[in-house]
Amino acid sequence: MIEIVLALAIGVLAASGAWLLLRPRTFQVIMGLCLLSYSVNIFIFAMGRLRIAAPPVTRSGLETLAPYDDPTPQALVLTAIVISFALTALFLVVVLAARGATGSDHVDGEEPKA
Amino acid sequence: MTVSLLLILLVALPFIGAIAAAGLPRHARTSAAVLSWTVALASVVCLAVLWPRFQDGEILRLDIPWIPSLGLNLVLRLDGVSWLFSALVLGIGALVVLYARYYMSPKDPVPRFFSFLLAFMGAMQGLVLSGNLIQIVVFWELTSLFSFLLIGYWNQNPLAREGARMALTITATGGLALLVGMILLGQIAGSYDLDTVLAAREAILADPRHTLALGFILVGALTKSAQFPFHFWLPRAMAAPTPVSAYLHSATLVKAGIFILIRFWPVFADTPMWQVVVGGAGLITLVVGAWTAIFQHDLKGLLAYSTISHLGLIVLLLGLGTELGLIAALFHVVNHATFKASLFMAAGIIDHEAGSRDMRKLSGLFRFMPITATLAMVAAAAMAGVPLLNGFLSKEMFLAEAVAGAGSGAHPLAVALPILATLASTFSVLYSLRFIHATFFGPAPSQLDRVPHEPPGWMRRPVEILVLLCLVVGIAPGLTVGPFLRSAAVSVLGFDLPYYSLAIWHGFNLPLLLSVLALAGGATLYVLFGKRIHAGAGGGPLAVRWLNGGYLFDKTMTGLFRVASIGTRRLGAGGVQQQLRAIILTAVAAVVAAIVWSGGVFIAEFEAPTGSLGEVAFVLLWIVGGACAVAAAWQAKYHRLAAVVLMGGAGLASCLSFMWLSAPDLAITQLLVEIVTTVLLLLGLRWLPKRLETIQVPERLQRRSRLRRRFDLVLAAMVGTGLAAAAYAIMTRPALVGGVSEYYAEQAYALAGGRNLVNVILVDFRAFDTFGEITVLGIVGLTVFILLRRFRPHDDSLAEPSQKLVQAASDRRREDRSEGDTLKETMLAPQVVMRWMFPFVILFAVHLFLRGHDLPGGGFAAGIALSVAFVLQYMASGARWVEDRLRIRPALWIGSGLLIATLAGAGAWAFGHPFLTSAFQYADLPILGRVPIASALIFDLGVVILVLGSTVMMLVALAHQSLRKPRQTQVETTEEGQ
Repeated sequence: MIEIVLALAIGVLAASGAWLLLRPRTFQVIMGLCLLSYSVNIFIFAMGRLRIAAPPVTRSGLETLAPYDDPTPQALVLTAIVISFALTALFLVVVLAARGATGSDHVDGEEPKA
Repeated sequence: MTVSLLLILLVALPFIGAIAAAGLPRHARTSAAVLSWTVALASVVCLAVLWPRFQDGEILRLDIPWIPSLGLNLVLRLDGVSWLFSALVLGIGALVVLYARYYMSPKDPVPRFFSFLLAFMGAMQGLVLSGNLIQIVVFWELTSLFSFLLIGYWNQNPLAREGARMALTITATGGLALLVGMILLGQIAGSYDLDTVLAAREAILADPRHTLALGFILVGALTKSAQFPFHFWLPRAMAAPTPVSAYLHSATLVKAGIFILIRFWPVFADTPMWQVVVGGAGLITLVVGAWTAIFQHDLKGLLAYSTISHLGLIVLLLGLGTELGLIAALFHVVNHATFKASLFMAAGIIDHEAGSRDMRKLSGLFRFMPITATLAMVAAAAMAGVPLLNGFLSKEMFLAEAVAGAGSGAHPLAVALPILATLASTFSVLYSLRFIHATFFGPAPSQLDRVPHEPPGWMRRPVEILVLLCLVVGIAPGLTVGPFLRSAAVSVLGFDLPYYSLAIWHGFNLPLLLSVLALAGGATLYVLFGKRIHAGAGGGPLAVRWLNGGYLFDKTMTGLFRVASIGTRRLGAGGVQQQLRAIILTAVAAVVAAIVWSGGVFIAEFEAPTGSLGEVAFVLLWIVGGACAVAAAWQAKYHRLAAVVLMGGAGLASCLSFMWLSAPDLAITQLLVEIVTTVLLLLGLRWLPKRLETIQVPERLQRRSRLRRRFDLVLAAMVGTGLAAAAYAIMTRPALVGGVSEYYAEQAYALAGGRNLVNVILVDFRAFDTFGEITVLGIVGLTVFILLRRFRPHDDSLAEPSQKLVQAASDRRREDRSEGDTLKETMLAPQVVMRWMFPFVILFAVHLFLRGHDLPGGGFAAGIALSVAFVLQYMASGARWVEDRLRIRPALWIGSGLLIATLAGAGAWAFGHPFLTSAFQYADLPILGRVPIASALIFDLGVVILVLGSTVMMLVALAHQSLRKPRQTQVETTEEGQ
């Protein structure tokens, strides 16, 4: 049940993101990237399978992984979250600079010819 | 030990000097020169100290492991040939440095010049001291690169840029060929070690691939040494400052190709391919170069073609394949370096003091600069091969070899040799005479813009030293250059040297007759045709277009660019949207193809647990989350603010999912990042154009865009469906057992002293990845700052936001209020709350950081939490208020964070462990009791500070844009004021 819901969530986020990526205005593309990165982050996280109430915080000493959720995808996603923030910031600033320079917020830097 | 140290110093010193010179201020001309001069002299001393070490033909070697798994070592190897070349590189380098101090204008960034020069010297040193084939190529490419920088030093001059680009294109392409050749040679010989390769001559020649290897190596060597048909880059490189020409084209860059030929002479010299290609290229270059040199009007152009011709002579000597030919080549390398360097310097002096290098404008300079003139005349005489000077001796050896070759008939080019050699010598006499006569004799110059005079004494000193060498070597060759030449010859040929004599007088013989013939012929031709050459257009009657490689090169380049632009126009999609569409389409197609190929998606049998209350909540959560995402996509065009908020909703849903699905670290980080992302996007909204739904587009465009939207919708749906299916298919499969996570779980506490596996992975097991990541984060922070520093908002974003105008208007209308009161009143409550919250948010961040190793939290979360503490103050109280009270130094924080992380990692070296090895210890602290203290905590501290710095940098830089007074409005207001 959770799996289906999460899979659908990934799908909806990805679809919204992909659709926005294809839009002509820069702000839409930024939003698209954000939504897409949510989707991909959850996707990677889900690769470790879903478990409830089993955070990968061990008690102490030598332990097996069995009682815990897989920590490796989590570590990957954690850095991905921070990097996608940096990416958004950089992209936003590039977009603003381009808008300042070209006067247009179209992704091609100019309004489409009529 | 001392030998190893000296060998390392020989290569490393110039590079160290280059870095030091690069750090000097722009106008530190003299300090940079003193530094470079010291470095060059120190290197010369190192080299001199090593001289007694291999008198007996020994090879000094130092092996430093490089990539042992590939059998590659860094090998520094000094033998006779390397010593001789190294002496030229360093000795002439030192003289050029001295000369350049006086030549370079204080207006130019001279320290940069010396930095390039030293780096180039280091690259040459590395090349001649290489004992490994791959290492040779690496330093070879470095010489190409630094020569590019040197030739293009006056980068405001388009000719310099073009010349530099051409030199780089030709020599670097040659370098690639050389790399292929070296790899082939190494494969054939079974080792990349130079000594092994040289010892494996029979095995190499027995392998049929050796012609291929030789071919590629020759392309490399002949391009670098400017041999026909690749010679054209050298005259173009004359746009460089003259000290560069004096250095690159006398002793170093062009001799690198010669050096490679000499290095592999023992292996290949007997093969017919070597004799035809090397000998043929040398012969053609010798004649064509000398012929073209005659017709140059530019002093440096004449010297350039003369250099090409003399290089051809050396290459021809090597191509003869005889041992005496090799010795003569070595000798001429030394001689050419001395007289050509001094001639270039003299040309530079003339240019510097007379303001022109055009021989048609110059004339009669002898009376203005008698000393320089005398020096140049002696050097030019050496170039022409006049007796009692060094050029005569090696030219004599060359003619003797040519005659001997013709006599034996062993060489394929035998018959033509003596004739063409004499012809080239005649040409060389002719252009040397022209160089001297046109410049120094005749009536006083009338077309110059200044009165020429002697240069400063120290500028002339290098020329004096070199000319003295020409004389001394020319008069007493055996005593001066003899031992060095012998040692170089021994290192190539072994102890069994053929008989050769360096004496001036060998009696009346055929070579002497040819020499005399050339001298007399050249002088006669100058008397007969001098005037006509002088009046000619330059380039000479036979400089036909198709013979000129430079013309073909330009044609090819233009063609390439044209093809590229046609390709872009034809194949490139129109605009970003089309490109993204193509990318997504390709990705979807690839997935579909993969599914079809593997016979459909396989969904494992999966026992769905029955719905609990929690699951119902989860379903509800994602109904809201999904709706938020779709609505954000829908609203992103016309209602940006709403879209940002909706996107936050989707982010919150994923954050809660992380929380519920056992990923507390992710939940914390996602939540905090969500906050800063939202603030960031809100800050950006101000600078985007208003977009109103009421704006109508023409019907035709609307139809097109409706079609496009429908297509995109289908595409997006496919992406979503595919990703959802893939995720479901994987999630319902049993997890892998025994992966790397298993190891982390077992070892986290034992090896890293941490209980939070995610944090332990980040700061310990995979700390190097994290190190790279925070570096990227820091770079992004700085990039944002730099991009915004020059930010010019568009005109229609310049006006105050409408809300602010409304507020101000309402404030003005009422008597008892002044402008800005509404804002103050509105923000009063948030201000108080935020100021009180400041210490608590910081405390929360510290808490997250300290517990991170054992419990959910950690450096990334703590860093973002800290930045939130600052951002809240900015939002509530404004940038001015915050910056009056707090020292916000994000750039400093980024730097110190990275530094702390680096030091924490480098600390492991002190204990003999690799970078970022962590250690931990139990410590008894008051109150807290016995806790594990891990060195990874220091690394994590670096992460905290860097994340804080980078985040604050981005947000503050963006926030500051609203404070800046735009330049244009200021202008307008002053105009209105008048």
